[in-house]
Amino acid sequence: MVNNVKHLIDLETFSNEEIMELITLGQKIYKSPEKYSEACKGKILATLFYEPSTRTKFSFESAMLRLGGNILGFSDANTSSVSKGESIADTIRVISYYADIAVMRHPKEGAPKLSSLYSSIPIINGGDGGHLHPTQTLTDLITIHTYKGTLENHVIGFCGDLKYGRTVHSLIKTMARFNTKKFILISPEELTLPNSIKRFLKEKYDVEIQEVRYIEDVIEEIDILYMTRIQRERFFNEEDYLRLKNSYILTKDKIEPAKKDMIIMHPLPRVNEIAYEVDEDSRAKYFDQAKLGMYIRMALIIKLLGVEY
Amino acid sequence: MLEVKQIEKGIVIDHIKSGKGLKIFNKLMLDKSDFPVVLLMNVESKFLGKKDIIKIENSFDIDLNLLGLIDENITINYIEKGKVIEKKKVSIPKEVKGLIKCENPRCITNSDIYAEPTFKLVSTENLEYKCSFCEEITKYKL
Repeated sequence: MVNNVKHLIDLETFSNEEIMELITLGQKIYKSPEKYSEACKGKILATLFYEPSTRTKFSFESAMLRLGGNILGFSDANTSSVSKGESIADTIRVISYYADIAVMRHPKEGAPKLSSLYSSIPIINGGDGGHLHPTQTLTDLITIHTYKGTLENHVIGFCGDLKYGRTVHSLIKTMARFNTKKFILISPEELTLPNSIKRFLKEKYDVEIQEVRYIEDVIEEIDILYMTRIQRERFFNEEDYLRLKNSYILTKDKIEPAKKDMIIMHPLPRVNEIAYEVDEDSRAKYFDQAKLGMYIRMALIIKLLGVEY
Repeated sequence: MLEVKQIEKGIVIDHIKSGKGLKIFNKLMLDKSDFPVVLLMNVESKFLGKKDIIKIENSFDIDLNLLGLIDENITINYIEKGKVIEKKKVSIPKEVKGLIKCENPRCITNSDIYAEPTFKLVSTENLEYKCSFCEEITKYKL
Protein backbone atom coordinates (compact mmCIF):
# COMPACT_ATOMS: atom_id res chain seq x y z
CA MET A 1 0.00 0.00 0.00
CA VAL A 2 1.19 3.49 -0.85
CA ASN A 3 0.41 6.55 1.25
CA ASN A 4 0.72 10.32 0.94
CA VAL A 5 -0.43 10.60 -2.65
CA LYS A 6 -3.48 12.76 -3.27
CA HIS A 7 -6.10 11.09 -5.46
CA LEU A 8 -9.60 12.01 -6.57
CA ILE A 9 -11.74 8.94 -6.03
CA ASP A 10 -14.75 10.51 -4.31
CA LEU A 11 -15.46 14.24 -4.08
CA GLU A 12 -16.52 13.69 -0.46
CA THR A 13 -12.80 13.54 0.43
CA PHE A 14 -12.26 17.07 -0.93
CA SER A 15 -13.10 19.98 1.35
CA ASN A 16 -15.25 22.88 0.14
CA GLU A 17 -12.11 25.01 0.09
CA GLU A 18 -10.31 22.50 -2.12
CA ILE A 19 -13.28 22.39 -4.47
CA MET A 20 -13.35 26.19 -4.65
CA GLU A 21 -9.61 26.26 -5.36
CA LEU A 22 -10.15 23.93 -8.31
CA ILE A 23 -13.01 26.05 -9.64
CA THR A 24 -11.01 29.26 -9.31
CA LEU A 25 -7.99 27.74 -11.03
CA GLY A 26 -10.19 26.25 -13.78
CA GLN A 27 -11.69 29.67 -14.43
CA LYS A 28 -8.24 31.29 -14.54
CA ILE A 29 -7.09 28.74 -17.11
CA TYR A 30 -10.29 29.33 -19.11
CA LYS A 31 -9.54 33.04 -19.26
CA SER A 32 -5.82 32.80 -20.04
CA PRO A 33 -5.02 29.29 -21.31
CA GLU A 34 -1.68 30.42 -22.76
CA LYS A 35 -0.31 31.01 -19.27
CA TYR A 36 -0.71 27.31 -18.49
CA SER A 37 0.34 25.82 -21.81
CA GLU A 38 3.56 24.46 -20.36
CA ALA A 39 2.43 23.81 -16.79
CA CYS A 40 2.74 20.05 -17.22
CA LYS A 41 5.60 19.93 -19.69
CA GLY A 42 7.43 16.62 -19.41
CA LYS A 43 4.58 14.99 -17.48
CA ILE A 44 2.56 12.02 -18.69
CA LEU A 45 -1.11 11.26 -18.07
CA ALA A 46 -2.14 7.60 -18.39
CA THR A 47 -5.74 7.13 -19.54
CA LEU A 48 -6.84 3.71 -18.35
CA PHE A 49 -10.25 3.21 -19.91
CA TYR A 50 -11.49 -0.30 -19.18
CA GLU A 51 -14.74 0.61 -20.90
CA PRO A 52 -15.27 3.07 -23.69
CA SER A 53 -16.12 6.68 -22.92
CA THR A 54 -15.09 8.95 -25.75
CA ARG A 55 -16.27 12.12 -24.08
CA THR A 56 -14.48 11.76 -20.75
CA LYS A 57 -11.35 10.36 -22.39
CA PHE A 58 -11.11 13.19 -24.93
CA SER A 59 -11.74 15.76 -22.24
CA PHE A 60 -8.85 14.45 -20.12
CA GLU A 61 -6.53 13.99 -23.08
CA SER A 62 -7.23 17.45 -24.38
CA ALA A 63 -6.73 18.86 -20.87
CA MET A 64 -3.29 17.25 -20.54
CA LEU A 65 -2.18 18.19 -24.06
CA ARG A 66 -3.23 21.82 -23.49
CA LEU A 67 -1.06 21.82 -20.36
CA GLY A 68 1.94 20.81 -22.46
CA GLY A 69 1.95 17.25 -21.14
CA ASN A 70 1.75 13.93 -22.90
CA ILE A 71 -0.69 11.06 -22.79
CA LEU A 72 -0.61 7.31 -23.10
CA GLY A 73 -3.26 4.71 -22.46
CA PHE A 74 -5.90 2.39 -23.77
CA SER A 75 -9.62 2.65 -24.35
CA ASP A 76 -10.61 -0.97 -24.47
CA ALA A 77 -9.97 -3.61 -21.83
CA ASN A 78 -9.42 -6.21 -24.53
CA THR A 79 -6.22 -4.55 -25.61
CA SER A 80 -4.83 -4.38 -22.08
CA SER A 81 -3.43 -7.02 -19.78
CA VAL A 82 -6.75 -7.20 -17.94
CA SER A 83 -7.85 -9.56 -20.69
CA LYS A 84 -5.07 -11.86 -19.43
CA GLY A 85 -6.60 -11.72 -15.93
CA GLU A 86 -4.19 -9.26 -14.30
CA SER A 87 -5.28 -7.48 -11.11
CA ILE A 88 -5.72 -3.71 -11.31
CA ALA A 89 -3.29 -3.51 -8.38
CA ASP A 90 -0.51 -5.02 -10.51
CA THR A 91 -1.43 -2.93 -13.56
CA ILE A 92 -1.27 0.33 -11.62
CA ARG A 93 2.02 -0.53 -9.92
CA VAL A 94 3.60 -0.89 -13.35
CA ILE A 95 1.83 2.13 -14.87
CA SER A 96 3.15 4.20 -11.93
CA TYR A 97 6.65 3.86 -13.46
CA TYR A 98 5.53 5.03 -16.89
CA ALA A 99 3.21 7.91 -16.07
CA ASP A 100 2.97 10.75 -13.53
CA ILE A 101 -0.80 10.72 -13.08
CA ALA A 102 -3.60 8.41 -14.24
CA VAL A 103 -7.31 8.58 -14.91
CA MET A 104 -9.30 5.37 -14.68
CA ARG A 105 -12.74 4.49 -16.06
CA HIS A 106 -13.86 1.02 -15.04
CA PRO A 107 -17.14 -0.92 -15.16
CA LYS A 108 -16.53 -2.37 -11.67
CA GLU A 109 -17.54 -0.18 -8.76
CA GLY A 110 -14.63 0.61 -6.45
CA ALA A 111 -11.96 -0.21 -9.05
CA PRO A 112 -10.34 3.27 -8.98
CA LYS A 113 -10.25 3.11 -5.19
CA LEU A 114 -8.48 -0.25 -5.32
CA SER A 115 -5.91 1.10 -7.73
CA SER A 116 -5.33 4.15 -5.52
CA LEU A 117 -4.33 1.83 -2.67
CA TYR A 118 -1.46 0.47 -4.74
CA SER A 119 -0.49 3.50 -6.79
CA SER A 120 2.45 5.80 -6.22
CA ILE A 121 0.97 8.36 -8.64
CA PRO A 122 -2.32 10.29 -8.30
CA ILE A 123 -5.38 8.41 -9.54
CA ILE A 124 -8.46 10.20 -10.85
CA ASN A 125 -11.75 8.32 -10.89
CA GLY A 126 -13.08 8.75 -14.41
CA GLY A 127 -16.28 6.87 -13.57
CA ASP A 128 -16.75 3.47 -11.91
CA GLY A 129 -19.89 1.66 -13.01
CA GLY A 130 -23.02 3.23 -11.56
CA HIS A 131 -21.11 4.43 -8.51
CA LEU A 132 -19.19 7.72 -8.85
CA HIS A 133 -18.05 10.15 -11.52
CA PRO A 134 -16.47 13.00 -9.55
CA THR A 135 -15.04 14.95 -12.50
CA GLN A 136 -18.55 15.21 -13.96
CA THR A 137 -19.61 16.79 -10.67
CA LEU A 138 -16.65 19.18 -10.82
CA THR A 139 -17.73 20.04 -14.35
CA ASP A 140 -21.23 20.83 -13.10
CA LEU A 141 -19.87 22.91 -10.23
CA ILE A 142 -17.59 25.08 -12.38
CA THR A 143 -20.51 25.64 -14.78
CA ILE A 144 -22.82 26.77 -11.99
CA HIS A 145 -20.15 29.02 -10.51
CA THR A 146 -19.19 30.53 -13.87
CA TYR A 147 -22.74 31.39 -14.92
CA LYS A 148 -24.32 32.13 -11.55
CA GLY A 149 -21.31 33.70 -9.82
CA THR A 150 -21.57 31.52 -6.71
CA LEU A 151 -22.43 27.98 -5.67
CA GLU A 152 -24.60 29.19 -2.80
CA ASN A 153 -28.29 30.01 -2.28
CA HIS A 154 -29.71 28.60 -5.49
CA VAL A 155 -32.99 26.88 -6.23
CA ILE A 156 -31.90 23.85 -8.23
CA GLY A 157 -34.32 21.77 -10.26
CA PHE A 158 -33.40 18.23 -11.27
CA CYS A 159 -35.55 16.74 -13.99
CA GLY A 160 -35.87 13.22 -15.39
CA ASP A 161 -34.35 10.02 -14.04
CA LEU A 162 -33.43 10.86 -10.48
CA LYS A 163 -33.40 7.28 -9.31
CA TYR A 164 -30.51 5.80 -11.27
CA GLY A 165 -28.59 8.89 -12.38
CA ARG A 166 -25.27 8.90 -10.58
CA THR A 167 -24.44 12.40 -11.82
CA VAL A 168 -27.60 13.69 -10.14
CA HIS A 169 -26.90 11.93 -6.83
CA SER A 170 -23.36 13.21 -6.70
CA LEU A 171 -24.26 16.79 -7.66
CA ILE A 172 -27.11 16.94 -5.15
CA LYS A 173 -24.89 15.73 -2.31
CA THR A 174 -22.14 18.16 -3.23
CA MET A 175 -24.40 21.18 -3.77
CA ALA A 176 -25.99 20.55 -0.37
CA ARG A 177 -22.56 21.35 1.12
CA PHE A 178 -22.82 24.84 -0.40
CA ASN A 179 -26.00 26.10 1.28
CA THR A 180 -28.46 25.28 -1.45
CA LYS A 181 -31.71 27.16 -0.89
CA LYS A 182 -33.97 24.46 -2.25
CA PHE A 183 -33.93 21.30 -4.35
CA ILE A 184 -36.87 20.77 -6.67
CA LEU A 185 -37.09 17.19 -7.87
CA ILE A 186 -39.10 16.70 -11.05
CA SER A 187 -39.57 13.08 -12.05
CA PRO A 188 -42.15 10.38 -12.71
CA GLU A 189 -43.10 8.37 -9.65
CA GLU A 190 -41.07 5.42 -10.90
CA LEU A 191 -37.85 7.44 -11.05
CA THR A 192 -37.83 9.57 -7.90
CA LEU A 193 -34.68 10.28 -5.91
CA PRO A 194 -33.85 7.36 -3.56
CA ASN A 195 -35.14 7.86 -0.01
CA SER A 196 -31.67 7.29 1.42
CA ILE A 197 -30.43 10.45 -0.32
CA LYS A 198 -33.48 12.48 0.68
CA ARG A 199 -33.00 11.40 4.27
CA PHE A 200 -29.30 12.25 4.11
CA LEU A 201 -30.09 15.75 2.80
CA LYS A 202 -32.71 16.38 5.45
CA GLU A 203 -30.71 15.05 8.38
CA LYS A 204 -27.32 16.47 7.50
CA TYR A 205 -28.22 19.78 5.86
CA ASP A 206 -31.90 20.35 6.65
CA VAL A 207 -32.33 21.63 3.12
CA GLU A 208 -35.78 22.16 1.61
CA ILE A 209 -36.84 19.52 -0.89
CA GLN A 210 -39.91 19.71 -3.10
CA GLU A 211 -41.01 16.81 -5.29
CA VAL A 212 -43.24 17.38 -8.28
CA ARG A 213 -44.30 15.52 -11.40
CA TYR A 214 -44.40 18.32 -13.94
CA ILE A 215 -41.83 20.92 -14.83
CA GLU A 216 -44.49 23.52 -15.71
CA ASP A 217 -45.54 23.69 -12.06
CA VAL A 218 -42.17 24.92 -10.84
CA ILE A 219 -40.26 26.40 -13.77
CA GLU A 220 -40.69 30.02 -12.64
CA GLU A 221 -38.92 29.38 -9.38
CA ILE A 222 -35.82 27.59 -10.67
CA ASP A 223 -32.32 29.15 -10.90
CA ILE A 224 -30.56 26.09 -12.26
CA LEU A 225 -32.35 23.39 -14.24
CA TYR A 226 -30.44 20.11 -14.52
CA MET A 227 -31.92 17.82 -17.16
CA THR A 228 -31.25 14.07 -17.45
CA ARG A 229 -32.18 11.38 -19.88
CA ILE A 230 -35.02 8.97 -19.16
CA GLN A 231 -34.11 5.55 -20.43
CA ARG A 232 -36.72 3.29 -21.93
CA GLU A 233 -35.36 0.25 -20.09
CA ARG A 234 -36.10 1.83 -16.70
CA PHE A 235 -39.82 1.33 -17.25
CA PHE A 236 -41.79 -1.82 -16.70
CA ASN A 237 -43.82 -1.35 -19.83
CA GLU A 238 -43.70 0.56 -23.07
CA GLU A 239 -47.06 2.20 -22.38
CA ASP A 240 -45.80 3.99 -19.26
CA TYR A 241 -42.67 5.09 -21.04
CA LEU A 242 -44.55 6.59 -23.98
CA ARG A 243 -47.04 8.26 -21.66
CA LEU A 244 -44.35 9.88 -19.54
CA LYS A 245 -41.51 10.69 -21.85
CA ASN A 246 -43.13 13.77 -23.39
CA SER A 247 -43.66 15.28 -19.96
CA TYR A 248 -39.93 15.30 -19.48
CA ILE A 249 -38.88 16.84 -22.77
CA LEU A 250 -37.81 20.44 -22.43
CA THR A 251 -39.18 22.74 -25.12
CA LYS A 252 -39.10 26.44 -25.88
CA ASP A 253 -42.67 26.79 -24.61
CA LYS A 254 -41.90 25.17 -21.29
CA ILE A 255 -39.01 27.53 -20.51
CA GLU A 256 -40.89 30.62 -21.63
CA PRO A 257 -42.04 31.56 -18.09
CA ALA A 258 -38.64 30.74 -16.55
CA LYS A 259 -36.27 33.34 -15.08
CA LYS A 260 -34.20 35.19 -17.63
CA ASP A 261 -30.99 34.23 -15.86
CA MET A 262 -31.88 30.59 -15.26
CA ILE A 263 -29.34 28.17 -16.67
CA ILE A 264 -30.09 24.80 -18.28
CA MET A 265 -27.58 22.02 -17.76
CA HIS A 266 -27.25 18.43 -18.97
CA PRO A 267 -24.38 15.95 -18.50
CA LEU A 268 -24.72 14.83 -22.15
CA PRO A 269 -25.21 12.78 -24.25
CA ARG A 270 -28.68 14.13 -24.92
CA VAL A 271 -31.16 12.02 -26.81
CA ASN A 272 -34.48 13.81 -26.98
CA GLU A 273 -35.01 15.27 -23.52
CA ILE A 274 -34.06 18.76 -24.64
CA ALA A 275 -35.60 19.85 -27.93
CA TYR A 276 -33.06 21.21 -30.42
CA GLU A 277 -34.92 24.52 -30.49
CA VAL A 278 -33.76 25.15 -26.90
CA ASP A 279 -30.10 25.17 -28.00
CA GLU A 280 -30.54 28.68 -29.38
CA ASP A 281 -31.76 30.03 -26.03
CA SER A 282 -29.08 31.93 -24.13
CA ARG A 283 -29.98 30.00 -21.00
CA ALA A 284 -28.86 26.69 -22.55
CA LYS A 285 -25.42 25.99 -21.08
CA TYR A 286 -24.92 22.27 -21.71
CA PHE A 287 -22.31 22.67 -24.41
CA ASP A 288 -20.44 25.30 -22.40
CA GLN A 289 -20.62 22.80 -19.56
CA ALA A 290 -18.66 20.25 -21.61
CA LYS A 291 -16.10 22.92 -22.46
CA LEU A 292 -15.70 24.00 -18.83
CA GLY A 293 -15.28 20.34 -17.91
CA MET A 294 -11.99 20.32 -19.74
CA TYR A 295 -10.77 23.40 -17.84
CA ILE A 296 -11.59 21.99 -14.43
CA ARG A 297 -9.83 18.76 -15.44
CA MET A 298 -6.79 20.88 -16.31
CA ALA A 299 -6.98 22.46 -12.86
CA LEU A 300 -7.33 19.04 -11.25
CA ILE A 301 -4.29 17.64 -13.07
CA ILE A 302 -2.21 20.66 -12.01
CA LYS A 303 -3.32 20.38 -8.37
CA LEU A 304 -2.84 16.63 -8.08
CA LEU A 305 0.58 16.76 -9.74
CA GLY A 306 1.54 19.64 -7.47
CA VAL A 307 3.26 21.49 -10.31
CA GLU A 308 4.06 25.20 -10.15
CA TYR A 309 1.68 27.38 -12.13
CA MET B 1 -21.97 -37.43 30.78
CA LEU B 2 -19.46 -36.91 27.97
CA GLU B 3 -16.23 -35.44 29.34
CA VAL B 4 -13.54 -33.47 27.65
CA LYS B 5 -10.42 -32.62 29.62
CA GLN B 6 -9.41 -29.07 30.43
CA ILE B 7 -6.98 -27.49 28.03
CA GLU B 8 -3.57 -26.21 29.21
CA LYS B 9 -3.22 -23.38 26.75
CA GLY B 10 -5.55 -22.05 24.10
CA ILE B 11 -9.01 -20.61 23.59
CA VAL B 12 -12.44 -21.70 24.78
CA ILE B 13 -15.37 -20.20 22.92
CA ASP B 14 -18.25 -20.52 25.35
CA HIS B 15 -21.97 -19.73 25.51
CA ILE B 16 -22.55 -20.43 21.85
CA LYS B 17 -26.26 -20.77 21.22
CA SER B 18 -27.04 -24.42 20.66
CA GLY B 19 -26.89 -25.25 16.96
CA LYS B 20 -24.51 -22.45 15.99
CA GLY B 21 -21.33 -24.24 17.06
CA LEU B 22 -20.83 -26.12 13.82
CA LYS B 23 -21.38 -22.98 11.77
CA ILE B 24 -18.73 -21.16 13.79
CA PHE B 25 -16.44 -24.17 13.51
CA ASN B 26 -16.75 -23.99 9.73
CA LYS B 27 -16.51 -20.18 9.52
CA LEU B 28 -13.28 -20.23 11.53
CA MET B 29 -12.08 -22.99 9.21
CA LEU B 30 -11.10 -25.10 12.18
CA ASP B 31 -11.39 -28.24 10.07
CA LYS B 32 -8.16 -27.14 8.43
CA SER B 33 -6.29 -26.55 11.68
CA ASP B 34 -3.32 -28.69 12.65
CA PHE B 35 -3.82 -28.20 16.40
CA PRO B 36 -6.31 -30.06 18.63
CA VAL B 37 -9.85 -28.71 18.41
CA VAL B 38 -13.02 -29.93 20.11
CA LEU B 39 -16.60 -28.99 19.27
CA LEU B 40 -19.12 -29.76 21.98
CA MET B 41 -22.77 -29.56 21.08
CA ASN B 42 -25.90 -29.40 23.22
CA VAL B 43 -24.05 -29.13 26.50
CA GLU B 44 -26.22 -28.24 29.51
CA SER B 45 -26.17 -24.57 30.40
CA LYS B 46 -27.63 -22.65 33.34
CA PHE B 47 -28.44 -19.60 31.24
CA LEU B 48 -29.08 -20.99 27.80
CA GLY B 49 -30.54 -24.39 28.64
CA LYS B 50 -28.33 -25.88 26.00
CA LYS B 51 -25.19 -24.48 24.50
CA ASP B 52 -22.29 -25.33 22.22
CA ILE B 53 -18.61 -24.94 23.15
CA ILE B 54 -15.46 -24.92 21.03
CA LYS B 55 -12.06 -25.62 22.60
CA ILE B 56 -8.93 -24.82 20.67
CA GLU B 57 -5.61 -26.03 22.08
CA ASN B 58 -2.17 -24.46 21.59
CA SER B 59 -3.22 -21.50 19.51
CA PHE B 60 -4.23 -17.89 20.02
CA ASP B 61 -3.79 -17.02 16.40
CA ILE B 62 -7.41 -17.04 15.25
CA ASP B 63 -9.47 -14.12 13.96
CA LEU B 64 -12.43 -14.06 16.32
CA ASN B 65 -13.84 -10.80 14.97
CA LEU B 66 -16.67 -12.56 13.20
CA LEU B 67 -18.01 -14.15 16.39
CA GLY B 68 -19.75 -10.90 17.28
CA LEU B 69 -21.62 -11.14 14.02
CA ILE B 70 -22.89 -14.60 14.80
CA ASP B 71 -23.96 -14.35 18.40
CA GLU B 72 -23.48 -11.48 20.83
CA ASN B 73 -23.70 -13.74 23.89
CA ILE B 74 -20.54 -15.65 23.12
CA THR B 75 -17.71 -15.50 25.66
CA ILE B 76 -14.09 -16.08 24.73
CA ASN B 77 -11.76 -17.46 27.40
CA TYR B 78 -8.04 -17.36 26.90
CA ILE B 79 -6.33 -20.16 28.82
CA GLU B 80 -2.72 -20.35 29.95
CA LYS B 81 -1.36 -23.11 32.26
CA GLY B 82 -4.87 -24.48 32.62
CA LYS B 83 -6.27 -21.17 33.96
CA VAL B 84 -8.40 -18.47 32.41
CA ILE B 85 -6.12 -15.47 31.93
CA GLU B 86 -8.59 -13.33 30.03
CA LYS B 87 -12.34 -13.37 29.50
CA LYS B 88 -13.81 -11.43 26.63
CA LYS B 89 -17.36 -10.72 25.58
CA VAL B 90 -17.74 -10.41 21.86
CA SER B 91 -19.37 -7.44 20.23
CA ILE B 92 -20.64 -6.63 16.77
CA PRO B 93 -17.54 -5.49 14.91
CA LYS B 94 -17.58 -1.88 13.66
CA GLU B 95 -15.27 -2.81 10.84
CA VAL B 96 -15.06 -6.11 9.06
CA LYS B 97 -12.34 -7.21 6.67
CA GLY B 98 -12.55 -10.24 4.45
CA LEU B 99 -15.30 -12.06 6.34
CA ILE B 100 -18.27 -10.84 4.33
CA LYS B 101 -18.80 -10.91 0.59
CA CYS B 102 -20.21 -7.73 -0.96
CA GLU B 103 -23.71 -8.31 -2.30
CA ASN B 104 -23.18 -5.93 -5.19
CA PRO B 105 -22.23 -8.07 -8.21
CA ARG B 106 -20.62 -5.04 -9.87
CA CYS B 107 -18.31 -4.43 -6.90
CA ILE B 108 -14.59 -4.79 -7.61
CA THR B 109 -14.21 -7.01 -4.51
CA ASN B 110 -16.12 -9.72 -6.35
CA SER B 111 -13.72 -9.86 -9.27
CA ASP B 112 -10.26 -8.71 -8.22
CA ILE B 113 -8.19 -10.86 -5.90
CA TYR B 114 -6.39 -7.83 -4.42
CA ALA B 115 -9.60 -6.16 -3.33
CA GLU B 116 -10.23 -7.47 0.17
CA PRO B 117 -13.89 -6.82 1.03
CA THR B 118 -13.85 -4.16 3.74
CA PHE B 119 -16.98 -2.93 5.48
CA LYS B 120 -18.13 -0.40 8.04
CA LEU B 121 -21.10 -1.08 10.29
CA VAL B 122 -24.07 1.17 9.49
CA SER B 123 -26.88 -0.58 11.36
CA THR B 124 -26.35 -2.66 14.48
CA GLU B 125 -29.99 -3.66 14.49
CA ASN B 126 -30.02 -5.19 11.02
CA LEU B 127 -26.32 -6.08 10.83
CA GLU B 128 -25.92 -3.87 7.79
CA TYR B 129 -22.45 -3.12 6.51
CA LYS B 130 -21.37 -0.54 3.94
CA CYS B 131 -18.73 -1.65 1.46
CA SER B 132 -15.74 0.67 1.47
CA PHE B 133 -15.21 0.13 -2.26
CA CYS B 134 -18.66 0.46 -3.84
CA GLU B 135 -20.61 1.85 -0.80
CA GLU B 136 -23.46 -0.63 -1.31
CA ILE B 137 -25.05 -2.08 1.82
CA THR B 138 -24.61 -5.76 2.57
CA LYS B 139 -26.65 -7.46 5.24
CA TYR B 140 -24.72 -10.06 7.20
CA LYS B 141 -26.21 -13.51 7.30
CA LEU B 142 -24.56 -16.48 8.94
